[in-house]
Amino acid sequence: MTIEQSAREERQVRVSKVGDRVFLGLSRGAGVFILVTLAGVALFLFREALPALQADATEFRDSDTFLQYVGPLVFGTVLASVLAVVLAAPLAVAVALYLTHYAPKRLARTFGLFVDLLAAIPSVVFGLWGIAFLAPLLARHVYPVLHENFGWIPLFAGPVVPSGRSMLTAGIVLAVMILPLMTAISREAFSRTPRLHEEASLALGATRWEMIRQAVLPFGRSAVVSGTMLGLGRALGETMAVAMILSPADLFSVNLIGPENPNTIAANIALRFPEAQGLDVNRLLATGLVLFAVTLVVNLVARRIASGGAA
Amino acid sequence: MPTRRIPLIAIVALLAVACGTAGGGTGSTAPGLAGTLVGAGASSQAAAMDGWKAGFAEVEPGVTVEYDPIGSGGGRSTFLAGGSDFAGSDSPLKAEEFEQSLDRCGPLGAISVPHYISPIAIAYNLPSVGDTVLQLSPETVAGIFANQIVNWNDPKIAADNPGVDLPDLAINPVHRSDESGTSANFTDYLAQAAPAVWTWGSIEVWDEGPGGGEGADGTSGVVAAIRAGEGSIGYADASQIGDLPAAAVGVGGGFVRFSPEAAGRIVDSSERVSSGSEWDYAIEVNRTPDNPDTYPIALVSYHIFCLEYEDQAKADLVKAFMGWVGSEDGQAAAAASAGSAPISDAVRDAIARSIDQVTVADG
Repeated sequence: MTIEQSAREERQVRVSKVGDRVFLGLSRGAGVFILVTLAGVALFLFREALPALQADATEFRDSDTFLQYVGPLVFGTVLASVLAVVLAAPLAVAVALYLTHYAPKRLARTFGLFVDLLAAIPSVVFGLWGIAFLAPLLARHVYPVLHENFGWIPLFAGPVVPSGRSMLTAGIVLAVMILPLMTAISREAFSRTPRLHEEASLALGATRWEMIRQAVLPFGRSAVVSGTMLGLGRALGETMAVAMILSPADLFSVNLIGPENPNTIAANIALRFPEAQGLDVNRLLATGLVLFAVTLVVNLVARRIASGGAA
Repeated sequence: MPTRRIPLIAIVALLAVACGTAGGGTGSTAPGLAGTLVGAGASSQAAAMDGWKAGFAEVEPGVTVEYDPIGSGGGRSTFLAGGSDFAGSDSPLKAEEFEQSLDRCGPLGAISVPHYISPIAIAYNLPSVGDTVLQLSPETVAGIFANQIVNWNDPKIAADNPGVDLPDLAINPVHRSDESGTSANFTDYLAQAAPAVWTWGSIEVWDEGPGGGEGADGTSGVVAAIRAGEGSIGYADASQIGDLPAAAVGVGGGFVRFSPEAAGRIVDSSERVSSGSEWDYAIEVNRTPDNPDTYPIALVSYHIFCLEYEDQAKADLVKAFMGWVGSEDGQAAAAASAGSAPISDAVRDAIARSIDQVTVADG
């Protein structure tokens, strides 16, 4: 009996070891696959970008050096994304707090569903909405007011583009697009605030708002930061909506409501690629490499902040 | 990209040859042609080509026409490499390309014929002038797009439009933000008709010019931007501007409004520049015609094909299709599907004589 029993146990152990090994192999393979893909993309971009990086400025029709070409694009990309995050972050935190700590349970569930639904809308639809609805509305009722009252701030120097297809419109649309992602991450963190912390705070006589400041916000800080960075990453790469909404020009400008805006890297590639030939294709891929690097840096910073906050 | 597409096109072409020899071969004008005709080239023709395919299928149900809109340059190189039966191109064969066509087509080479004229309208959004059609001289248009004329009440615009009450409103010039043949033709017009003001030549990418103004993606983007912003003015494919008013432009001392007939006359008033063959109908588009009933802003696109093909069936197919495309029915089909302007009778007769020269190679 005992021999039989131990033999059976041994067999079980052996079987489970095989399973372990297979699973280990599969998961390790998946991990390696991701790395290889990433490295492959980077390698491809670098190889294709090299001719444009080495070429003389005079070989291009606009005779821009690569830095002259990519400079306004990086500036536009960062400006649009930062604008979107600045607009979306406070809203995302507020929505997440409302859903977790203020709204009645059933309402919160329905409301949360609608916020998540925003994430499912394709970006081209956001682009159409921006062009056809939001831009004319802002150009008619908001931008002229901004320009008249705050025209002394360079951001609102104008002239107002009559169709409303400006940097601020693009920033607002991007903000709406990244809102669900940022809300979801903040909401998850806020809802996991230890019950004891909240009750301790309330027991000490804190109001609900004071409790949120003392218990919920410190606990969710790193999640809010990493959600913000993820939103920034998404905004950096967003293509279709920006290509449709932004009225681009080849310059540096902080004027948010005018017709001449620095384009973003992704939108510029979308606009130029269909008709590009020869060295121009290499140059577009080189800007893609720059975007790749910028996004990588943003994600690394996000990771650093998120892990630092939790420790 | 074009080089990667060649194999597929070549296979289709081979199939076409096979089908063609199996089905036809009885005579050059016999009804009931069969086979596949393969073309590649300018995307500007893509919409018109849909109309031509559908219309030709009614005349010759046995023939299939395929067209790959890979761009003008790619279309010409694919054709010269033998990957397609004909090319669509916004510019005719260059002299060195004609030399290459001697290898592709035999001693008679290839010819270009202008089969597609797409007028470009200058549309504007200025409700306060009502139904009055604005008149703009070439210098005024160039001044507006070069950011030198910035308000609608500018004396230069007033001089073109006596008696019209122009508003005190900023002008918002709208251009294509993508690389575009429409931009190239429009700026070619400005460079030819107002060289003193427009000093940037013909450009496909707006940033290579004066910059400024609002940029929008594609024809639909430009039209949407003009529609959305009061005080805007922009250039777009005339068939796509909808109910927006289009300016009458200054030509030969008068002003001409856009119409298909007026735009079609541009080929007649342009000088022929042959790249090689006497049957070639390449033109240097003349943007400053003397005749004030010619509308000078249009994109002219060509079909490029051999004068000699290796087998009878292919020669018959090319002859039949090109002949039909150039006919009144063919031009009407393009007008219906792409809003293009028809070529004039005189040009049609000349092109028909060229197409008649298509034969099968000896031996």
